[in-house]
Amino acid sequence: MDFSELFKLSGLLGRFSPDGKCLASCVQFRLVVRDASTLQVLQLYTCLDQIQYIEWSSDSLFILCAMYKRGIVQVWSLEQPDWHCKIDEGSAGLVASCWSPDGRHILNTTEFHLRITVWSLCTKSVSYIKYPKACQQGIAFTKDGRYMAVAERRDCKDFISIFVCSDWQLLRHFDTETQDLFGIEWAPNGCVLAAWDTCLEYKILLYSLDGRLLSTYRAYEWSLGIKSIAWSPSSQFLAIGSYDEKVRILNHVTWKKITEFEHPATIANTKTIVYKEVEKSPSVETERLSLPPTRALASSLFSTHSKYNIPNAVWIWDIQKLKLFVVLEQLCAVQSFQWDPRQPRLAVCTGNSKVYLWSPAGCVAVQVPLEGDFQIVSLSWHASGDSMALLGKDNFCMCYLEREEIK
Amino acid sequence: MGDWKTITVPVLSSDSKNIFQYTSEKKISPSSMNSQVLRLPLPSSKTMHGFFSAFCTEENIEQSISYLDRELTTLGFPSIYAESKGKELNLISIINCMNELLVLQHKNLRAQEEIELQHLKLGSDMEHLQNCYAKLKEQLELSKREIVGLQERDRQLQSKNRNLHQLLKNEKDEVQKLQNIISSRATQYNHDMKRKEREYNKLKERLHQLVMNKKDKKIAMEVLNYVGRADGKRGAWRTDKTEARNEEEMYKVLLSDYEQRQKQLLVENAELKKVLQQMKKEIISLLPPQKQKPKERSEDGPVLSDLEEDIGELNKENMWELSCETVREQLTNSIRKQWRMLKNHVEKLDNQVSRVRSGALNEKDVISREDHELETEKLELEIQQCKEMIRTQQQLLQQQLMSPCDDDTTLILQDCYLLEERERLQEEWRLFREQKKNFEKERRSFTEAAIRLGLERKAFEEDRGTWLKQQFLSMSTDCKHSENVTAPSAFLGSSDQDNRLAISTSQQRKPHHMLSVPVSAESCQTTQYLTHNSSSAASKTPAGDSKPNQGVESDKEAVE
Repeated sequence: MDFSELFKLSGLLGRFSPDGKCLASCVQFRLVVRDASTLQVLQLYTCLDQIQYIEWSSDSLFILCAMYKRGIVQVWSLEQPDWHCKIDEGSAGLVASCWSPDGRHILNTTEFHLRITVWSLCTKSVSYIKYPKACQQGIAFTKDGRYMAVAERRDCKDFISIFVCSDWQLLRHFDTETQDLFGIEWAPNGCVLAAWDTCLEYKILLYSLDGRLLSTYRAYEWSLGIKSIAWSPSSQFLAIGSYDEKVRILNHVTWKKITEFEHPATIANTKTIVYKEVEKSPSVETERLSLPPTRALASSLFSTHSKYNIPNAVWIWDIQKLKLFVVLEQLCAVQSFQWDPRQPRLAVCTGNSKVYLWSPAGCVAVQVPLEGDFQIVSLSWHASGDSMALLGKDNFCMCYLEREEIK
Repeated sequence: MGDWKTITVPVLSSDSKNIFQYTSEKKISPSSMNSQVLRLPLPSSKTMHGFFSAFCTEENIEQSISYLDRELTTLGFPSIYAESKGKELNLISIINCMNELLVLQHKNLRAQEEIELQHLKLGSDMEHLQNCYAKLKEQLELSKREIVGLQERDRQLQSKNRNLHQLLKNEKDEVQKLQNIISSRATQYNHDMKRKEREYNKLKERLHQLVMNKKDKKIAMEVLNYVGRADGKRGAWRTDKTEARNEEEMYKVLLSDYEQRQKQLLVENAELKKVLQQMKKEIISLLPPQKQKPKERSEDGPVLSDLEEDIGELNKENMWELSCETVREQLTNSIRKQWRMLKNHVEKLDNQVSRVRSGALNEKDVISREDHELETEKLELEIQQCKEMIRTQQQLLQQQLMSPCDDDTTLILQDCYLLEERERLQEEWRLFREQKKNFEKERRSFTEAAIRLGLERKAFEEDRGTWLKQQFLSMSTDCKHSENVTAPSAFLGSSDQDNRLAISTSQQRKPHHMLSVPVSAESCQTTQYLTHNSSSAASKTPAGDSKPNQGVESDKEAVE
């Protein structure tokens, strides 16, 4: 395992390009594009203001840099460093900005979620989407980039609009039976859209691509509900994490719960392997879910993290056997974890200068051998799974993994 | 305490009145229950006289009269004397006194009777009261026990009450918890509300700003040059056609997804059906063959017949392709039935095994022990018998040995025995030797026959070969064939007779023509003979020889 030197970073904005060739990082108002393997600076761009958000286009040719304070989005081209583009939202303000799947349109969410403006880099056309919902995940693109679902709210009622990304035509518009729609997410197969309600109501609705309601799932009433969801890469399972410290898995055939996983403070099952650093401390609860990409391997694993209740533990579940596989207990609260895009390997960071790697073969904690006080707050895998970027508050470094090292 | 005083006083003279008197004190207290009541028997005349004479005799008439007078006057009766102190008795007053005394006596008797009656009554009352007392004591006992029982129940009810109170408390706690949840939700709501409020306020401010700010910053996009589309095509107008196309695309995507899923499900379904079919077959094979058991047939008869029908039907391959409900149901039902049967069977076996294991050990032991005992008894008997026999034989032997010069009869007897035995032995020896001779003879003859047979066979084969050659070469000579008919006897004969015959016949014709026309028939006969001979090794060969010889001879005759 090799580590590069530290580089400056601000705002935890370090992103690999989708094709894996470059790494973009921000330092205040500068955008630095490096080569992913050598970390040589390929391009350097200067923006008008401090960059709050960067995103690569899907074809890795453009990067957008959003400056929310000024309401400006600047787009840079990697092919032509001279090319520039600036989108000024002016008085409308800017709250969020993202690429469309084809990499040629930019969706800006104006302040107060007044509207979403679709700017095109190809044509002079501009589209507006009115009444977008101000929620955590209001825009969702299908994996193949064909359709976009937008959550809307008019007259105190929630709606979902499905657009065709190629020409931004409205395909379907339907209302949802939610009190206060919190988020929407497409299944990887692009045929089912999951929409879930605010945490005051445990309710998740599953819609087909053509807007039909396929199923509703409610685990219980009254107590606080869904915190986050995650689709399995094959679209067969939907994992729902809720405030009652449980993860419920629904299957795609009947949309009924097939199992629920608990996160107890003590683990009774002797078959669970617990990797400990040290003990943990209790509190209130929330959860975060993530699923690894599909494998040809027999078992598929899926990790959950209970943020407040047991903030120092990462739970890894085996979906095939439907039981708890491993629990990783860390010294400090887990800041972020991410699955390797290629193998069942999980990287965890807890805010110290160690990076933890787990795979079914074992667990390893690696201290970053760099001087200074480098605290890893976030990490991000390279698409090939051979390296990852460790992001800290002010710096970042690259970690190169050898293929044979950690199995 | 009142007593009955008996004062025997000298009685009056020979009055014929049978009065038996007791002077008594009139004080009788009621507490004299315990004292015995003296019965007052009516005096008999006989005793009276005796008694009466005891009181008054001829000597003390005066005294007795004066005594009586005194007594009577003290009792309140008038004096029996006439007036004045003269000794003349007032008869009237005496009679009156007597009358009074009688009356008094009657009264006393009556009083006594009454008292006795009362006494009895009191006795019975007391009994009655005692009974009542006993009953009341019992009742008291009963009621005490009842009280204890009721107290126990009371205690139980109280504990139940306590439990219910506890439950109530738990329910209340739960209610409280729910209320807490509600309150937390309420706070969340409030929080949301406040957030919305704040946003709303910001909006208002912004709006205000916008309204105020006339010089708006232009919302625009500056771009150096427009970039080509990702897919290289040119942008299209949004028309109805495009709308329709989009719809189509969407439905295509959905359909393809469903089709894929359906394919997967079909594959899974087919696999599962195969597995079920296999399972069914295996279950059928595992189940015991119940067709032979008639008694079970009554129960499982209809089921079995159905099953068999089902099995027959469902085993058809084409049924598998149909996935309609009825077939599916049939399959699942049949598998369920069979699985149940298998389960029952296994359970039965388990029971049997457990029974056998627990009970059969004892039975085995018992049975074996019994058998063992019987056998041991038998053996013991046998042993005893043998021992007796040995003993008697020993005795006899001893007798013989010990007393060699006893009576002649014994000697003779012994001799007789010996002779008898010797004779028997000799006979047996003779028989044995005879048999041995016979066996030797037979063996010799058999070996000779075998050797001869071998030789003859070889010769036969040679002859056959040559005959076939001849036959092949020349097909005309019939006379030769007729001559050759006699040849078979050469092969078939095994006794001297045959040999002679053979020799004679062979002399008739050329020696090397040892074949016969109906080779096949002869060969059959020869084979028959061969087999016959080989099988009947023990039997006497002459018999065996005679048959084919006869056959051959007959053939010979027939041919000739």
